[in-house]
Amino acid sequence: MAEMLSYIERKSPIHNLTGATKLLCFVMWSTAAMLTYDTRVLVFMFLASLVIFQISKVKIREVSFVLILILFFLLLNNIAIYLFAPQQGAEIYGTQTAILTLPGNYDLTLEQLFYQLNITLKYFVVIPTALLFIITTNPSEFASSLNRIGVSYRISYAVAIALRYIPDVQRDYKTIAVAQQARGIDLSKKEKLATRIKNAASIFTPLIFLSMERIDVISNVMDLRGFGKNKKRTWYGYRPFQARDFVALGLLLILLVVSLVITFNDGNRFYNPFV
Amino acid sequence: MLICGPSGSGKSTLGHIINGLIPNSYKGEVTGTLRIKGEEVTNQNIFDRSQLVGTVLQDPDGQFVGITVGEDIAFALENNCASQEKMVGRVKEVSKMVDMANHLTASVHQLSGGQKQRVALAGVMVDDVDILLFDEPLANLDPATGKHAIHLIDRIQRETNTTIIIIEHRLEDVLASHVDRIIVVNKGKVVIEATPAELLTTTVLEENNIREPLYVKALKYAGCSITEEMQPEHLDNLVLEKCRERIKNWFKESPPPIPPKMETPVLELKNIDFTYASADTKTLKQISFSISKGEMVSIVGKNGAGKSTLSKLICAFEKPDSGTILMDGKDITKETIKERAKRIGMVMQNPNHMISKHMIFDEVAFGLRIEGIAEEEVRERVEKTLRICGLYPFRNWPITALSFGQKKRVTIASILVMEPEVLILDEPTAGQDFRHYTEIMEFIVELNQLGVTIIMITHDMHLMQEYTPRAIVIANGEKIADDTAVNVITDLEVISKANLKETSLFELAVKAGLEKPKEFVQRFIDYDREVREHGRNAVVHRTEISDS
Repeated sequence: MAEMLSYIERKSPIHNLTGATKLLCFVMWSTAAMLTYDTRVLVFMFLASLVIFQISKVKIREVSFVLILILFFLLLNNIAIYLFAPQQGAEIYGTQTAILTLPGNYDLTLEQLFYQLNITLKYFVVIPTALLFIITTNPSEFASSLNRIGVSYRISYAVAIALRYIPDVQRDYKTIAVAQQARGIDLSKKEKLATRIKNAASIFTPLIFLSMERIDVISNVMDLRGFGKNKKRTWYGYRPFQARDFVALGLLLILLVVSLVITFNDGNRFYNPFV
Repeated sequence: MLICGPSGSGKSTLGHIINGLIPNSYKGEVTGTLRIKGEEVTNQNIFDRSQLVGTVLQDPDGQFVGITVGEDIAFALENNCASQEKMVGRVKEVSKMVDMANHLTASVHQLSGGQKQRVALAGVMVDDVDILLFDEPLANLDPATGKHAIHLIDRIQRETNTTIIIIEHRLEDVLASHVDRIIVVNKGKVVIEATPAELLTTTVLEENNIREPLYVKALKYAGCSITEEMQPEHLDNLVLEKCRERIKNWFKESPPPIPPKMETPVLELKNIDFTYASADTKTLKQISFSISKGEMVSIVGKNGAGKSTLSKLICAFEKPDSGTILMDGKDITKETIKERAKRIGMVMQNPNHMISKHMIFDEVAFGLRIEGIAEEEVRERVEKTLRICGLYPFRNWPITALSFGQKKRVTIASILVMEPEVLILDEPTAGQDFRHYTEIMEFIVELNQLGVTIIMITHDMHLMQEYTPRAIVIANGEKIADDTAVNVITDLEVISKANLKETSLFELAVKAGLEKPKEFVQRFIDYDREVREHGRNAVVHRTEISDS
């Protein structure tokens, strides 16, 4: 298994954008996706995100694990919405088209399905791009771009280092896991859940200690090499904005404005096919 | 300048005082004064200090901050707010000095051990410091890479006229470069301050558990007294005239190493191929060998040659692409980690990868308790194992109170308690000083005499020569030699292919004009081990008896 959520080096137009551009684009993209419930906009953005994914040359299987994890939570989320607010859709769209009669107020309505479809779409719009942002942005460029949009460089660097250590920690985890399995612990489904949780603890304890050790070394190194000496710092990998960055930002700005115009045109965040 | 001393002697602490981590990161009470360039700097902040003293740490992986080579080298400049233009120029300049100019855009994690160290060095040189401090620069390198690293440090010193301080206990390897002075520390005190030649004429090294250069030791065994006029610090310049006869007299062919009893092989590998899921090329190609019951074997080779991968395959942590693994003649290729672990125990290089309990007793009992063995038997077996491992007095101690070497013992104990037939040890003595090294190895020999088959993965040439009659050499995923340790260490072709290093004993023997230099190496090893086991006098006595 490859390391998940770590930077994947590729040559693609997406990789070529500066970290700051990608960060700003991502912020605009998610703003648009969060504000709108307009199905047309969401469908368009979903299709666009597939295209962007294609352009980035990142393969689905490289992110499949995280994707599946998120889809699982999405499913849970959907179930929860239905359990707690089964008539939310009817309330929003003002009509009630029951397609299945269930006890209590759990009647399954077309409106509810449509509402939850919109929510699911929102996830589908934001998640692939969020993943894409993380795996196509070199962590130190990520730090420099956070810094460029006004976040203190200490915090930026802390975030970048955390991102950078994701693969290292995963490698440690694997090494420890095999070492513990060799001593007889079973992490497979054959074992009872309670025992498995207890067994997992025997992996996490060493993992935590190892990570502390790592942090100790790296913080000493950073001290020794003058990190935190001045209020500001410069960036070796700094890349000035180029034409393509402005194009990307422009496109996203247009997207944001257009999506908001379409969404709020009728004075309501929801696109209503039922009226 | 070289700072030398056994583990826990205070040499690293001394280093921390010099580079300012004390008192800036590690708090404590400091008395006395430290002057750099005539200025008192005892309480200087770490940033100003970093302009004067650049530090290269032991672990090349842990010390990278940047992701690419160029970025990491530039880190200190970034913190100084240098302009990008200036940084690019300076990084280019410095990377040229360490021969890394063509790798500026490479990811630091893809580099070899030696390259990593060059980058780390460039990262501190970029500041134009007056003093370069190296904390155990050789610890993680294979022998040939270590040799190159020392030569590089030597060259940088000559080219930039920087003061170099090296903290290291592998004296012989450091002496390959030009060292002006050596300070030996032990128990927190400076024992001696001398030139290398002066130091080698004394008995300070022996008294402080630092390994003398092997050729010097051999000369001493032969009864030569070392004088400064002999220029003992470099084998190349060594003046042997007065000693030649003594060496020849001391030398008599030692019995050839007992060929491993080729009884029933306990472990056999046949045509093993292996490719990592993320890689395109094979990590191991057609590896075959067999290990007999009760044998003690080294697997050696350069960093990244596939040694550790091989051990993972033997323990079923990874599955081979093709080929079979047999144990006692039975095919075990398809067995799971858990099944395999009952008969083959693996002790990893870093004890922190294995230790998961707070108390020593619990840690050692862990595997047995999982197996569901009755607590009474657990107690009995754990206590027995702790006694064998010399850990019995500590059984109720928390593991955090132990030194690195003791932790290593705990991990060995926690595997040993499962009573495996084969024990694999990955770099069992890494980071150990001479005394702990001897202790651990003698302990492993004892285990071997109890009937446990031992396989050691190492790039420590001393260890291979001294403790394992047989060595298997892996280079670029292939087995290139499977022979006696002495034959391996004296075969120039194998040495260069596998990044090993020839032993100075062999060179000494050639220099002394001996006809059978290989036998001289063997004779030294046998003699030296006996001396360490029984003390000098006993051995001298025994030799005399057998002479008469």
